[in-house]
Amino acid sequence: MRTFSELGFPGRLIAVEGLDGSGKSTQIYLLKRWLELEGVKVFFSEWNSSALVKSATSKGKKRELLSPTTFSLIHATDFADRYERQLVPLLKAGYVVLCDRYIFTAFARDVVRGCPQKWVRGIYNFAALPDITFFFKTKLEISLQRILDGRPQLKYFEAGMDMHLSTDPYESFRIFQGRILEQYLAMSTEFNFLVIDANERVEVQQQVVRQLVQNKIELSQYLPQLG
Amino acid sequence: MKKLLKPRQIRSKIVIPTTSPKKWYGQGIPGVDLQKLTGRLFVVEGADGSGRSTQIIRLVQWLERGGHAPVQVGLKRSTLVSEELEQAQQGNILSRITLSLFYATDFADQLENVILPALKAGFIVLADSYIYTLMARDMVRGMDEAWLKNVYGVALIPDAVFYLQTTPENLVQRNFAKSYALDYWESGMDLGLTRDLFDSFMKYQSLMMQQFQRLQKTYGFHIVDGNQSMDGVHDELRTEIQEVMRGK
Repeated sequence: MRTFSELGFPGRLIAVEGLDGSGKSTQIYLLKRWLELEGVKVFFSEWNSSALVKSATSKGKKRELLSPTTFSLIHATDFADRYERQLVPLLKAGYVVLCDRYIFTAFARDVVRGCPQKWVRGIYNFAALPDITFFFKTKLEISLQRILDGRPQLKYFEAGMDMHLSTDPYESFRIFQGRILEQYLAMSTEFNFLVIDANERVEVQQQVVRQLVQNKIELSQYLPQLG
Repeated sequence: MKKLLKPRQIRSKIVIPTTSPKKWYGQGIPGVDLQKLTGRLFVVEGADGSGRSTQIIRLVQWLERGGHAPVQVGLKRSTLVSEELEQAQQGNILSRITLSLFYATDFADQLENVILPALKAGFIVLADSYIYTLMARDMVRGMDEAWLKNVYGVALIPDAVFYLQTTPENLVQRNFAKSYALDYWESGMDLGLTRDLFDSFMKYQSLMMQQFQRLQKTYGFHIVDGNQSMDGVHDELRTEIQEVMRGK
C-alpha cells in the first residue's frame, strides 16, 4: 500500500485516529479551521457519514441486526462511497483532505470483533494510505473518563455489547476500548503513525500537529491559484 | 364390462440425505461450527431469462414431494440493506467498489441469517444466484479478482453449483416473451459499451458468459445447457442433486 503522494496525487490526505475520548476530533477541527483561515483548499470527511449508506447502517444498529461480518462490510461500503465519490476526486484536484478516522479504525475494531485481520485488510486494499496519520495516544483510563464522566447512554455497538464481554455496558465499553487500544499500538510502527501525547493541553497538542503538518506538506502549494 | 383404471401409485418413501462436511471458501464467518451444518446447499446460477427461477420453483416442489424441507434464497433480499441497495441502483449513483461492497453486505447478511440457520436445521437451501454472479458482474466491470475472492472468502462452499449457460440470442427472446423489455443492468448499460440497448445486452451477456467460464475453472461448477427445454434442465438438476444427497 502506498500513500497519495507516492501515487502522484497532487492533494494530500491527513487522518486522525485514536480512542473515543482521545480528543482527536477537537484536534482535527482546529487543524481544519487553521488551514481554512490560512486559505488552504481543505475538505473534511468523517467516518461513517456517507448519506447513501447511512439509512442501512442506522437501521442495522438500531435493530441490532449487525454481526461482526456485516458490521465490517457495511462500514467498508460507507468508506468506499466517500472514498470513490469525494476523497479521490478532491485529492486529484489538489485538496488537503482531513479524515476523522480512516481505515485503521476498521483494522482495529473489526479485528477486536473477531474478523480475521487478513480479510479486513484485504477489503480495504483499494484505499491508498494517508500522507500523515496522527494517533492520539491517551492512557486508557483518561479516555474512558472523558467519555464516561457524563454517564452517557452508551449505544449497543459503541459499547461493544455485541461481543458479550459483560452485561454492564460501562464495563463492556472499558474492555472493548482496551482491546482496540492494543490493536492501535500494534499498528503504530507498521503504518508510521505520528503519535501525539493526548494527555497534554489542547494548545500544546495543536502546536505539535501544525508543526508536523508544515514539515511534511508544502502548504503554500495548496492555496488557490488566482487568475 | 368397464375398464378399471389402475390406481396411480402413491410413493411415500423418503431418501434420507447423507451429510457431508462443509467448508468455507476463505476465512468464513467467525464463530460458526461447520460440523453443525447438516443441511445441503445447492446453487442455480444464470442470467435473467436462463430459466433460473423457474427451475428453483420446480426443484422446491420436487424436494417437498420427496419429504425434504427446502428454503429459497436469492440476491438483494436481506433485511439489512436490500431496500437501500434497490434505491441506490435506481439512481445509479454508487461507484463500483461501493456497489460491490453493498452487495457483499447483502450476501453476508443472508448467509448469516437465512442460509446458515437453515443448514443448521437440516434444510435443503436452494440459492437463486450466489457469489459467482456477483463476482462475474464485477469482473466484467474491471474489478480485481483477488480482491473479490478475499471479500467472498466469507462464503460457504455449496454442495453443488449449476450454471444455466444460455446464448444471448435465447436470453433476448425469453426476456421479450416475458416482459417485452431488457433490464438496464442486465444489459450492462452502465458500462457504456454502446448506446443501443439491444446491442449492449448482447455484448454484455457474452462478456458475462466468458467470466462464468473463467470462474468455472476455479470453482468447478456444473455447466448445464440452458438452451434446452425446461424439462431437460430440470432432469439434469434432479439427477445431480439426487446423487449428491445420496453421498455419491
